[in-house]
Amino acid sequence: MVAALAVIWLGFHFLSDGAFLTSRNLWNLSVQSASIAIMATGMVLIIVSRNIDLSVGSLLGFIGYVMAVMQARWIPETFGLGFDQPYTWAITLAVGVVLGAAIGAVQGAVVAYGGVPAFIVTLGGFLVWRGLIFRMGEQGKTISPLDTNFQLLGGGPDGSLGATRSWILGVIGCIGAVLSVWLARRRRRRYDLAVRPLGVDVGIAVLSCVVIIAGIWLVAIGYESPITGDPSGVANPVVILILVTIVVTYMARRRRFGRYVYAIGGNPEAAELGGINTRRTVMMTFVLMGVLCAVAAAVQTARLNAAVTNLGIQNELDVISAAVIGGTSFSGGIGTISGAVLGAVVMQSLRSGMVLLRIDSPSQDIVVGIVLVTAVAIDAALRLGRRRTAGISLTVGLVLAALIIQTGRQ
Amino acid sequence: MTDTATRTPLVEMRDIRVSFGGLRAVNGVTISLFPGEVVALVGGNGAGKSTLMHALAGAHPADSGQIFVNGKAVTIGNPRDARTHGIEVIYQRLALADNIDASGNVFLGRELRTRTGALDDSAMASATRDVMKRLNPRFKNLNTAVRSLSGGQRQSVAIARAVHFNAKILIMDEPTAALGPAETEQVRELIEQLKSEGIGIFLISHDIHDVFDLADRISVMMQGQLVGTVDKHKVTKDEVLAMIIMGQKPAAAN
Repeated sequence: MVAALAVIWLGFHFLSDGAFLTSRNLWNLSVQSASIAIMATGMVLIIVSRNIDLSVGSLLGFIGYVMAVMQARWIPETFGLGFDQPYTWAITLAVGVVLGAAIGAVQGAVVAYGGVPAFIVTLGGFLVWRGLIFRMGEQGKTISPLDTNFQLLGGGPDGSLGATRSWILGVIGCIGAVLSVWLARRRRRRYDLAVRPLGVDVGIAVLSCVVIIAGIWLVAIGYESPITGDPSGVANPVVILILVTIVVTYMARRRRFGRYVYAIGGNPEAAELGGINTRRTVMMTFVLMGVLCAVAAAVQTARLNAAVTNLGIQNELDVISAAVIGGTSFSGGIGTISGAVLGAVVMQSLRSGMVLLRIDSPSQDIVVGIVLVTAVAIDAALRLGRRRTAGISLTVGLVLAALIIQTGRQ
Repeated sequence: MTDTATRTPLVEMRDIRVSFGGLRAVNGVTISLFPGEVVALVGGNGAGKSTLMHALAGAHPADSGQIFVNGKAVTIGNPRDARTHGIEVIYQRLALADNIDASGNVFLGRELRTRTGALDDSAMASATRDVMKRLNPRFKNLNTAVRSLSGGQRQSVAIARAVHFNAKILIMDEPTAALGPAETEQVRELIEQLKSEGIGIFLISHDIHDVFDLADRISVMMQGQLVGTVDKHKVTKDEVLAMIIMGQKPAAAN
């Protein structure tokens, strides 16, 4: 996965005469990947438990629109509180998150307790939430501008941490990485379980720190804001993505909820016989997905400084693709949160690399489609131990993608 | 097990009846199990042996009849009731989540947690290792997904789940079906081990050789009724087959 990303990055860097691996491009890449990656972390758990959510793009659009109307119409005008209050962004975000959780709970309940396949329920949601945008009393008008504090959630010149706070974040990240390795080691020691060789653990900790520091130094600090000329620092959407990734990973790997999600995906019958409340667990995966849609909706509307009716269109496909490219299996039980985040970065790298190469949008879609199928084909082949099939898939995929890229250059 | 009349049985099911609609799947069966004993339940398809065991496990409670555990009358209305009386079931298809490791499966649905409510994987791995020491000392793969384990090792995981939670009464449904000879031998050793610890085992099986190898007593069922319970040492395989097929009770049956 990391290797594939390295190949893509180096390939585009070479093809674009050194335009890809620049602070500016990577900084933009990180911001552009954030909203899809945020949703992909939740999609992993849904797919792991053998379900699917096709409604995320429409749900994002609907919640984004509601949040925009909330901060631009209801709070300042309907409630008469005025524009740009310090609390506006927080209330708006809270309303969005609660709305997302509620809609997720409804969809999840119909799936888990109603016994309707998730594909059908969320296909319905796909139509319903998009349609509801036009029934909000604004006739689908674009809602803009948004609250100034809310805009900071989307990144942009002011929506970044700046140099000092970025370095603080980096130091916290390094301490966290070292601490988690050390604590895991100590826990296993206490129970006299086998631990990895000390060198390996130290290596993991050092490597994590190097990646964190290098990322902040070369990308976040390296990119100077085109307006102020100061180092930008880590963009807020990326900070949100990091927090979401940590929280969802913790839920997936260290909480009973996550264990049950994976158990249901691995063997639903065993989960049931083990006394797990499988229905409630499945419903909760949809609640989490709804919350993450709200967070992603905040990032996207804040970044646009507007809510438009087609916000989030086709996002469901990008989110599912990110999870699948990141190693989540449709047969259930397999998939990691970090993999899905990397998958989102891979997808966005392809898009942004092809933009640098001036490849037209339809050709971009073709390439992403080829990469998606190739990635899953290779994964399936490796899982069955068929190295030759994997090699053939890789070759065919690369040749086709190269062909489209070469002929699609304008 | 000749002194069955004088000791208190671990489990006694008296005059159990279970019906599905008009069909009497189990019709007035009385059966018992003593500590450290293996009682095989045999019979053709539809004889009612699985239904009888489902009644004991709480998966499908009996319509009438009494169940005694250690001489005390108990009510078993669901799987949780059964567990509180120390009754654990090992299903034919093992009911393991393939993508989760051995300790995760042993504790599935009953996870150990830290003070913050997080999964305590180390404590679970440690407890699994301890129970495995008793069951299958060669077992080392605590942290690999059970998908990659052999059939016998998977069986060990399923049994460890029951043993760790202090099962007194084990119900094993076709434990050696779909296992190779070496793995069957492993399961056989495990059953001997459990017997020596005083655990009573109900063994549902189709395999008459297995039954004669593993069981102390054999209860034969036919069309929902008990044909008879015999001491393995007092009957021949042919006599048991005659019980299964024709419902013929040999002279040695008690």
